[in-house]
Amino acid sequence: MLQIALLIIGIVVFIAVLTSLADNLIQIEAKKSGIDTVNTNMSIWPSIGSMFKPVTPNFTSSTNYHKLRKGHNIKLTGEATGDVQSSTVSRYSVRPQNFRGNAPIPKMLVEVGDEVKSGQPLFYDKLSPEIKYVAPVSGEVIEIRRGAKRSIIDVIILADKVQTYMIAQTPDLSNVSKEDLVAYLQSTGAWSMLVQRPFGLVADPSITPRDIFISAFDTAPLAPDSRLILDGRNEDLQAGINVLSKLTNGKVYISGNKDLSKYLSSLENADVHYFDGPHPAGNVGIQIHHIKPIKGSDIVWTIGLADVLTLGNLATTGKYEPKRVVSVGGKVKNPKYVETLQGANIGELLSEQIEEDNLRIIAGDILSGKAVHMDDFLNASDDQITVIKEGNYNEPFGWLLPLKPRPSVSKTFPNFLFPSLSFDVDSNTHGEERAFVVTGQYEKMLPMDIYPQHLMKSIMTGDIERMEGLGINELLEEDIALAEFACTSKQPLQSILRDGLDMLKEQL
Amino acid sequence: MGLLDFLKKIEPDKKKSPVLHTLFDAVYTFAYSPDTVTKDGVHVRDGMDLKRTMIHVVIAMQFCYLFGTYNIGHQHFVALGEHLGILEGFHLKLAYGLIKLLPIFIVSNVIGLGIEIYFAAKKGHSVEEGFLVSGALIPLIMPPDIPMWILIISVAFAVIIGKEAFGGTGMNIWNIALLARVFVFFAYPTTISGDEVWVSGFEKIAEGYSPEYGWAHNLFNSLFGWLDLSSFNASSTIVDGFTGATPLSLATNGGWEAVTQVYTESQMWWGAIPGSIGETSKPLIIIGALILLATGIASWRIMLSMLIGAIVMAMLLNAWGATPFMTVPWYYQFYMGSFFFAMAFMATDPVTASSTNAGKWIYGFLIGFIGMIVRVMNPAYPEGWMLAILFLNTFAPLIDHYVLEANMKKRLQSG
Repeated sequence: MLQIALLIIGIVVFIAVLTSLADNLIQIEAKKSGIDTVNTNMSIWPSIGSMFKPVTPNFTSSTNYHKLRKGHNIKLTGEATGDVQSSTVSRYSVRPQNFRGNAPIPKMLVEVGDEVKSGQPLFYDKLSPEIKYVAPVSGEVIEIRRGAKRSIIDVIILADKVQTYMIAQTPDLSNVSKEDLVAYLQSTGAWSMLVQRPFGLVADPSITPRDIFISAFDTAPLAPDSRLILDGRNEDLQAGINVLSKLTNGKVYISGNKDLSKYLSSLENADVHYFDGPHPAGNVGIQIHHIKPIKGSDIVWTIGLADVLTLGNLATTGKYEPKRVVSVGGKVKNPKYVETLQGANIGELLSEQIEEDNLRIIAGDILSGKAVHMDDFLNASDDQITVIKEGNYNEPFGWLLPLKPRPSVSKTFPNFLFPSLSFDVDSNTHGEERAFVVTGQYEKMLPMDIYPQHLMKSIMTGDIERMEGLGINELLEEDIALAEFACTSKQPLQSILRDGLDMLKEQL
Repeated sequence: MGLLDFLKKIEPDKKKSPVLHTLFDAVYTFAYSPDTVTKDGVHVRDGMDLKRTMIHVVIAMQFCYLFGTYNIGHQHFVALGEHLGILEGFHLKLAYGLIKLLPIFIVSNVIGLGIEIYFAAKKGHSVEEGFLVSGALIPLIMPPDIPMWILIISVAFAVIIGKEAFGGTGMNIWNIALLARVFVFFAYPTTISGDEVWVSGFEKIAEGYSPEYGWAHNLFNSLFGWLDLSSFNASSTIVDGFTGATPLSLATNGGWEAVTQVYTESQMWWGAIPGSIGETSKPLIIIGALILLATGIASWRIMLSMLIGAIVMAMLLNAWGATPFMTVPWYYQFYMGSFFFAMAFMATDPVTASSTNAGKWIYGFLIGFIGMIVRVMNPAYPEGWMLAILFLNTFAPLIDHYVLEANMKKRLQSG
């Protein structure tokens, strides 16, 4: 018996040694012939991880496909439907406070009453005078609205019936130098579209970013479907990406969902990634984390999808025409898509749509948008208007027996049993602000390797080193907005994060 | 709307009578969710808030309350040798248990909430809901015969020193209900230890002693007499051979054989044994734990790792086998004592446990591991979960610290 057992063990050991030797030899050969052994599995044995990974769709490779599990989709009533309708908005505004990092009072180049052409510079920041902020339409400057301490809030233009453009000479991308290209973008107003991470500032022209990221889809509640934005604008998209690829030594990454494969899969000069998951999968910050995270002193730039199309159009035709497809949704009579330009007047977009009072108009989505009134204007990066009811009512035992359905991530509500249910929301806080009690909640809403609650605590105690260590450089408010929605203790997370980012910026 | 308008009219002034205002605010926000709207941040908030979270924990405990009330009465009558079947004398046992439990419940909640209202008024904010759960847990972990004055002092200690001194809800390091219990444990050890405290209603557990009934029992007697049911009999006496020993105290001396001589396995599992008020019925606690897991309120990581830690240690002790207690088979360890109660309601308290997911595994495992050591090798008192949980509460921030350090190091590595 003993001899047989020893013989069998000997044979098994021999086979194991042989196969592991063969495995190592194959790996060495693969490395020698130049195959990328990090991303492809060149050994005899299958890797356990790949057996259990989700099925990659066939229009992309497995390294460019990311399945995200954390997060939550909030479905609201009043989703826009139908074709994109053209708009009849007559007033547009450029809002200096949309561009972070600038002084509150920019240096004006125009006054009230001046006639301007589309693309004509309106103002600049005195610390970076080459970056010009230009008019989105041609017309007459009718008002320069000021806010607290004489800061400028809006430069309002009444649009001409027929638009005139400042035609800028289009650059020859095959032999333009980087400095000339940067100067071109700064003078034509396109530079203001580039956002720098960390901190979310206007991009610094003296820096070459590590990479440039574009998110081609938006998963926020009631955000417009990107297919409506991209329809018929493939050349503009490619032209915009061509310009961006000249600005960085790294790559231009563009991320989409599986509906966008036909728009994105044939793009050149860009690395296409696909994300599949609930909100915030469409946030560029989350995408950066999964593609190539910001580490140490890395600086990356991001740009919105509509801005890339504007940039492409500018580079091919010389005309600055910042088109926007805006979804008007929520508690409006007729939720719809409108094609307009950047900075359109809210009241005109919502004409004859508002039937009740006690409503809140939000420029942007319910998570990170800003409350506005009818005489306000869309912010530079906004592509939706959401209207919700104000929630200033008391509900008897509202916390114990909620009568009206409301969105929640908690399983104490039956919402998770009906995933296609959409909600009529209001702005009631559903509880009062409390200390942090529940743990693990924010992690479920943020698909990043970050501990958000500890980050918030380190910001509240002003511990700069800890903030950096815990990953504050990878976040902007829109990334933490869903965690703020889910927060049981009703803490103001976005505001805490902004305080932390400001604290860190001052140190540098 | 009439009640709402009435409440708004009688609201006391915040500056002139802060304590009354805080009390009013507590009642007002209990009855009506407030009409505050969002500003400067998200515009829509989740429907879940802290009150709703806490009330679900209290709901999960209700089965333990019902059975615990009944069991107080059941143990009392088993001592007298009457109504021995689990369903006999149902009305008597329930009435007896209620008469014992209601004062404990009312006193612990009034004292605790009163102290919290006072401190909240002094700080100028509203009462936070942490005490909803602590106030519901404290009666369940006390012995049924605990004197009221000891209860008052221990609740006051737990709330003032354990909670308010650190900053109120969300800031405490140690589990508040366990602090109350541990105070009684160390300050009045004879009330908590020994075999006599777990069966209520007798001056001393020995043959021939009669139960002590008061005015409430006589009140119920008149009701029962009118309904033609059996009633409390002040002249019954404790039967010969009844010691009121809990399974754990029996196991300490004689191992599993000593336990099975007095109690059957199904008695221990279903809970018809002496013990703290809420800890005896394992299936009902498990139902409560499942409610908490299904609603996502308690962490499954802590529960699972605590179970694994306890099993590992129990197996190790079985392998060692030096004392009779160590030889109790590891799967029978869970039939005795308060393991499941500690696992479901005490260890999973989010404020005092580790807050990182990785930390929760370590935290739960160590509670199970160390708790079993304390139970089996503690010469003074045969139960270990209270001490193990308080010990790990002290170390939970340290566990989190190392998890976060690892995260930070990974982030700053290739920078």
